[in-house]
Amino acid sequence: MSTVEARQYDDFQLKFLDEPMEADATTDIIYMMCPMHLLTIEEKMREIKVGQVLAILTDYDGALDDIPQWCRRTGNEFLGIYEDEDHYKFYIRKTKEKR
Amino acid sequence: MKTVYLDHVATNPIHPEVLEEMLPYFKEHFGNPLSIYEPGLKAREAIEKAREQTASLINAKPKEIIFTSSGAEANNFAIRGIAYAMQNKGKHIIISKIEHHSVLNSARFLEKQGFVVTYLPVDKYGFIDPEALKKAITDQTVLISIIHASPEIGTIQNIEALARVAKERGIIFHTDAVASAGNIPIDVQKMNIDLLSMAAHQFYGPKGAAALYIREGTRIVPLIYGGIQEGGRRAGTENVPAIVGMGKAAELAKRDMQKRIDHIKPLRDKLIENTLKIENVILTGHPEQRLPGHASFVVEYVEGEAMLLMLAAKGIYAASGSACSSKALKASPVLTSIGIPAHLAQGSVVFTLGEGTTAEDIDYFNETFPQIVSRLREISPYQKGWEGMEDASCTAKK
Repeated sequence: MSTVEARQYDDFQLKFLDEPMEADATTDIIYMMCPMHLLTIEEKMREIKVGQVLAILTDYDGALDDIPQWCRRTGNEFLGIYEDEDHYKFYIRKTKEKR
Repeated sequence: MKTVYLDHVATNPIHPEVLEEMLPYFKEHFGNPLSIYEPGLKAREAIEKAREQTASLINAKPKEIIFTSSGAEANNFAIRGIAYAMQNKGKHIIISKIEHHSVLNSARFLEKQGFVVTYLPVDKYGFIDPEALKKAITDQTVLISIIHASPEIGTIQNIEALARVAKERGIIFHTDAVASAGNIPIDVQKMNIDLLSMAAHQFYGPKGAAALYIREGTRIVPLIYGGIQEGGRRAGTENVPAIVGMGKAAELAKRDMQKRIDHIKPLRDKLIENTLKIENVILTGHPEQRLPGHASFVVEYVEGEAMLLMLAAKGIYAASGSACSSKALKASPVLTSIGIPAHLAQGSVVFTLGEGTTAEDIDYFNETFPQIVSRLREISPYQKGWEGMEDASCTAKK
């Protein structure tokens, strides 16, 4: 990724990052298709604490829409996407415990 | 007529406790494990219990077990799934010359897709030299797959040493443990194994249930796309009764393994000792480092299939070792790899014992088999020796 990009999706800002971020936990779901990206986030978010950052490694293009939307729906903070050579790295900060 | 089943490497009868465990999942607990109501939840719980039982047999984590329908499927999944996942890093794969066809033909398929495959040779016992493996590795190597125990010659590979070579070079290591898992101890942590294929019917579980162990964190391309079953890596509604059976069979195999070995090994040794008293019979595979219930031979001057038919007529059921020889009448690549010439390989015969084999069964076999060999040699065109076959020397004779 060479430049910072921003893409409008509905009313949600898709934020691309220049550099990968530090994360407290990482889940690698490369080669997994829909809906494994969303199910895995649910599972991994349960394992981290409020305030911690989860990195999701995926090559599934649908995640560009689904993961930011999932954050908006659940109230977790979507920090951005780093576009690596052959996959994306999504970063989410956990803002609350799921009831 | 007395019957003696000596083909336990082909398959095994289901253990009564396993069948008992499976039955409710054909009847009252018939739910789809993805359904969110009670019958579905029961099925889901049963699958997860089976995953724990199966993982425990090889010292893996439950999440590292992916259920498949057969050992061949697990092997296909491992070879193709890892090759495709790693192809950006390199396109070189190493397997041995004595792999099962589900590994061998997966590798051949990958060759057509632009991968380069090295087929490692074996010595007269079927062992792969770790030094030869080291030399075969290139900076393009992404996967090494070596069979744990050969169903054809019984030899148990020193997998720990071979997997260590792979680990030192950071290469993913798979082993086809279909013939060994559940029959001899396996510890994937201690043995540095990244992927392992196993099948339930090899340890008194049902057919149609098998598994691929995939070390946590290993990227693999799914074999079947679809739903979220098996973590999205192997889609399709689960064969719940068979998976439950596999779990129970794994639990029993772990509990009874030593008892089973202690029962079959002396009987197997007695069979080998007696069979080697027949002239011009060669034991194939290693004499000690072999599967506990496994005895394999080549019998000179007679056809393996003729021996099998005459044995079957006496109620003794055995195998000739490979589909190449039994179905295609071709010399087995495993036997030719250990130095058995094609004309001798036709006389291949494999006897495998199980927990139901008795001392009386072996006595009956020991009495019957020499008579059959003798009768067949009387009508063999080669009864006076391998005339015209002098150039084809056997390098596997002890």
